[in-house]
Amino acid sequence: MDRTPVIVGTGLSDYPKAPHLDGVQHHVLAARRAITDAGIEKSTLDGYVGVGGSGGMMIDDAVTMAEYLRIDHRYIDGTMTGGSSFEFHVQHLAAAIREGLCDTALVTYGSDQLSRMGRMLGTGGFQRPGQRVTGPIQYEAPYGNSLVGAYAMHAMRHMHEFGTTSEQLAEIAVGVREYAMLNPHAMYRDPMTVDDVINSRMIADPLHKLDCCAITDGGGAFIMTTAERAKDLPQLPVYVLGAAGAQTHWNVGQQVDFTSCAGALAGPVAFGRAGLTPDDVDMLMFYDSFTITCLILLESLGFVPKGEGGPFVAEGNLKKGGRWPLNTDGGGLSSCHPGMRGIFLIIEAVRQLRGQAGEAQVPDCRVALCAGSGGWLSCIGVAILGADRP
Amino acid sequence: MSDVTTADEWTKPLPQPDDVNRPYWNAGVEGRLVIQQCPRCSHRQFYPRALCTQCGDEPEWMDCTGRGTVHTFTIVRQMGMRPFRDELPYVVAMIELDEGPLIMGNITDCDPESVEIGAPVAVHFVRAADDVGVPYWRLSAAGFRPSAR
Repeated sequence: MDRTPVIVGTGLSDYPKAPHLDGVQHHVLAARRAITDAGIEKSTLDGYVGVGGSGGMMIDDAVTMAEYLRIDHRYIDGTMTGGSSFEFHVQHLAAAIREGLCDTALVTYGSDQLSRMGRMLGTGGFQRPGQRVTGPIQYEAPYGNSLVGAYAMHAMRHMHEFGTTSEQLAEIAVGVREYAMLNPHAMYRDPMTVDDVINSRMIADPLHKLDCCAITDGGGAFIMTTAERAKDLPQLPVYVLGAAGAQTHWNVGQQVDFTSCAGALAGPVAFGRAGLTPDDVDMLMFYDSFTITCLILLESLGFVPKGEGGPFVAEGNLKKGGRWPLNTDGGGLSSCHPGMRGIFLIIEAVRQLRGQAGEAQVPDCRVALCAGSGGWLSCIGVAILGADRP
Repeated sequence: MSDVTTADEWTKPLPQPDDVNRPYWNAGVEGRLVIQQCPRCSHRQFYPRALCTQCGDEPEWMDCTGRGTVHTFTIVRQMGMRPFRDELPYVVAMIELDEGPLIMGNITDCDPESVEIGAPVAVHFVRAADDVGVPYWRLSAAGFRPSAR
């Protein structure tokens, strides 16, 4: 019995604007589409993994969703590391499937963030004024930092230490936009230049509006099973070659190195399990909450030496046709970011590895690396996926 | 180090002293900045915890000089939540204390554009409640920094 873990189905709900769906219905629609894509019977699912917490009115944590979807699971996981949760889920599920804790598991996510709240870019305060705050956030909440500000402090330090420029960061947003122009569903599809980015409004120095991800609705799902079971299913299986996760902090004030992240810890573990190096990777799916997130992931995962990311991206290496094409679905920066984007990294990597990406297809794509960032560059999850049997 | 002003009305999120962190917030009311140091391994840490994050022993309190440098910062220019919205733009910084640890805070009483990484800063406090003094920072005058690193 070949228990090598594989991804055999994926599904997206409707995005970027879906006022007809609440958060739970995003989970459900994505799940139904993933089940159809995988060509399995729902009744064969014996594992469920999910994470709620997009802040909606609908409770969508793992146990509630397992009940709603009615999955009679013998394996469940609701690990919540922010936007990287789903890369951690791949790590956990790969182990669970190898160990026989379950055979076929469904992972879902959904959020109606845009329809619910409208655009709240940069207003990310989590406490009400005058309210008593407990726990570690009480050492930060009085100072009014924004979500963008937390990442901006990374960008500011990176610029200070390495001379990274706003123009270099803007190249990341421009490259991802070029892919968004190929995605009819993407939130933003107009052509965009480096000048457009650096002339857009400053939100939290040095990050401009167009250094920041979109706010959208959206949901995603994928199905993992054994390579044995995949033989009878219609889609080309995508292999989990190596997955790992690590954490340096949660609240941004506890960050230990504002120019790096836990990718430096998780990356070598994931590559080690896969028996690969960055040179073997054909395309990247990075959590592009902000342009600086991508730059720090790129360096910490060893694709370029620390501090050299800025000039490297300015040479176009992450663009279509470049050495490591990045976020071929248009990313969170231009296409879809409903709050916790990590699941979309997996889904797009699978599309590429199956060769189903149309105009955005990376030629001969055999290995894709997904790197999720949760919190404030806090919890980094890495999943290396491949088209070929390890 | 006893630069304490009292807020007319504190409308920002108000820290909640508990059995572990009460000495930290109370010290602020007196204009003192304290952090924790481990008696066993000498590790210094912020924020206050019931264990040393390095060796797990029970940390003790130590007084700080109230001086440090800007490790990194941002100028927040968009924020929906009051009262912060009314104070835009403002500086949020990570201060590297002369004692070692990093601590978040606002740098006040300055042109936000004048803040630079590496700039020396000194603490002051705002009394937010009877038991809570919140530390803030000001740029130190150039040359007025006896403990420059």
